[in-house]
Amino acid sequence: MHTTHAENEANYLKYKGKYKGLLGWILSTDHKRIGLLYLYSIGTMFIVGALLGLAMKFELLAPGKTIMNAQTYNATFTVHGVIMIFMIVVPGLPAVFGNFLMPIMIGAKDVAFPKLNLLSWYLYVAGVFLVLSALLFGSGTPDTGWTFYAPYSFKTGTNLLPAVFGAFVLGFSSILTGLNFLVTIHRLRCPGLKWTKLPLFVWTLYGTAWIQLLATPVVGITLVLIALERVFGVGIFDPALGGDPILYQHLFWIYSHPAVYIMILPAMGAISEIIPTFSQKHVFGYKAIIASTMAIAFVGWLVWGHHMYTAGMSGTAQYYFSLLTFIVAIPSAIKVFNWISTMYKGSINIQTPFYWAVSFIFVFMIGGLSGLVLGALSTNVYVHDTAFVVGHFHYIVFGGTGFSFFAAIHYWFPKIFGRMYDKAWANIGWLVFFIGFLALYTPMFYLGLMGMPRRYYDYLEEFHGGNILSTFGSWILATGLIIIITNLVRSARKGPKAESNPWHGKTLEWAVPSPPPLENFDEIPVIAEDDGPYNYK
Amino acid sequence: MEKSTQITHDHYDAEASKIGMWLFIFTELLLFGVLFIIYAVYRYMNTDAFHLAAEELDRFIGTLNTVLLLISSMTIAMATTALQKKNKKLTLLLSSVTVLLGIVFLVNKYFEWGLKFSHGIWPGSEHMIETMSQGEILFFGLYFIMTGLHALHIIIGLVIIGFAMVGVNKGKVNSNRPSLLENAGLYWHLVDLIWIFLFPLFYLIT
Repeated sequence: MHTTHAENEANYLKYKGKYKGLLGWILSTDHKRIGLLYLYSIGTMFIVGALLGLAMKFELLAPGKTIMNAQTYNATFTVHGVIMIFMIVVPGLPAVFGNFLMPIMIGAKDVAFPKLNLLSWYLYVAGVFLVLSALLFGSGTPDTGWTFYAPYSFKTGTNLLPAVFGAFVLGFSSILTGLNFLVTIHRLRCPGLKWTKLPLFVWTLYGTAWIQLLATPVVGITLVLIALERVFGVGIFDPALGGDPILYQHLFWIYSHPAVYIMILPAMGAISEIIPTFSQKHVFGYKAIIASTMAIAFVGWLVWGHHMYTAGMSGTAQYYFSLLTFIVAIPSAIKVFNWISTMYKGSINIQTPFYWAVSFIFVFMIGGLSGLVLGALSTNVYVHDTAFVVGHFHYIVFGGTGFSFFAAIHYWFPKIFGRMYDKAWANIGWLVFFIGFLALYTPMFYLGLMGMPRRYYDYLEEFHGGNILSTFGSWILATGLIIIITNLVRSARKGPKAESNPWHGKTLEWAVPSPPPLENFDEIPVIAEDDGPYNYK
Repeated sequence: MEKSTQITHDHYDAEASKIGMWLFIFTELLLFGVLFIIYAVYRYMNTDAFHLAAEELDRFIGTLNTVLLLISSMTIAMATTALQKKNKKLTLLLSSVTVLLGIVFLVNKYFEWGLKFSHGIWPGSEHMIETMSQGEILFFGLYFIMTGLHALHIIIGLVIIGFAMVGVNKGKVNSNRPSLLENAGLYWHLVDLIWIFLFPLFYLIT
């Protein structure tokens, strides 16, 4: 049953299928509509998570109780973490931009299993509601931190089960997305699109998908064990019954460290698309970027112990984890080198996505280098569980994945919505956000080195100055966010119509109209021998 | 559903669904892999207690269940071959035998667990905490979790085979489009394979 050319002329936003209105979206198996479903659901949760973050920063404006007590603060950082990690940065780029763009970039009409793709979104939504139900019902909001460490997680009186189960369901959603992408990339590349011609964003999705597939079940079963421990008291992680709580930490980080690469690899992929486009130059070291992507995906498995240097581990194990942590930093450094070399002698077109990409490199480098401070054994012991860790983590995950997400949305916005945003406001939004980001997280490095522990609602008077700066930063960042989101939401409806290739990109998504037609291509494209994703004249 | 689905589904890609199933099997292996790691760690820490506790398990039922599962793996493989040879009746017969064997396995498991319960052995029971060493508690904790999760997988496998049988009966799963039955078979082999490891670890090594 083939659609005719005329039917395919309707773009995916306007297309009217069997169902109308909202049903036409939530029952659609079109990868583009699913991508947008994710964008809206992830965007909504991001606002919730960001408000919790702002509340925490407000609490830390002054020593002692400002707006919340210790228990509320514990619950706030727990929920902030669970939402931001499991609902935003883990699915983030793959679920939104991977879904929307990956099939187009490889010249396919959809992913390999469209129904499974829709199921992933439903699982995501189910996971979100499960976690939220933990906040609204039962005996108090979970307060264990997003890591659900044993024995907190089965001793706490709060309503932890729905949150743990929600995280499990979100993991299942992530596994199915990864599985779908792997099969899609293996089976549905258009004729002539060899592995060595795949856009780098697709390559990073490929590496990410393997981690999603293989690491997520590890945390899945670990969370099940926590739930069983809580309900039955099996004893697996309970020292009173012979179990070992540190084993929980190992199992948790065997997933959760590779998960950091689930967050950052697609972010690096998006940056690897944006920089060549705005430099109008072939990406430098295409194969080196691929090799470093796969190296990160692989070595990332072997470094989880660096989260636990102070938890009790043999010296030999510490050396091993520290060495591998340093090794895993190398591929990231290779990428930074490649991005900067791509710009060298390029004809640079300074636009909003490029600002975001360049600031990504800046914050990513600070985040990465501060990560080495934590990866080295002696310095780690000094700054472990201090604000330094929080600063490092947010520089990498918010600075890395977050900046890349904003770079990506400003880069692909005209393709997704067929309209252009207001570039002046977009640039102002970026600048305000960037300043706010630096003011918010930079003081944390200083505070951590001075010895301020993390996860306390209170602090000593000597840390007041740095905290005031950090809280001010959070307000500036929030202002930037409001500008960016308002601009994008407004432009999606009212912006001027965009051309199909406003940035003169060479990857396949720029060869189809904006917004793309229902089936992406009238005819499956064929890639000629001398074509490539970054062949600029 | 929309047109795009119909087109994608018209394009039947047996290879894609097979790759998809294998990838899913990888995730299942890691899921159980974690439990095997935990088993290894605690066995190493509590060698004597694991030895003592393993004596309590009924080797006869364990062996019987192993044989049942091995035969069921054979019958589902034969069902797949029968489908390739376009013998619908034989396919359904062999799949039914697989389902039957799977159900008998679960019934045996039910009685085995029931006997343990009647002796006061279940996760978190007073009896265990009062009379058993920590190592024995861990052994039985792992026993119930791992065989329980395995039994859950048996049930899932049976449901998938059930769907495949409906498909075969309606002719939607046939020698040209065998993926559903083949994947059900692959999944069933996985469930079988995991049992092949669970059986010696809990029943035989003492």
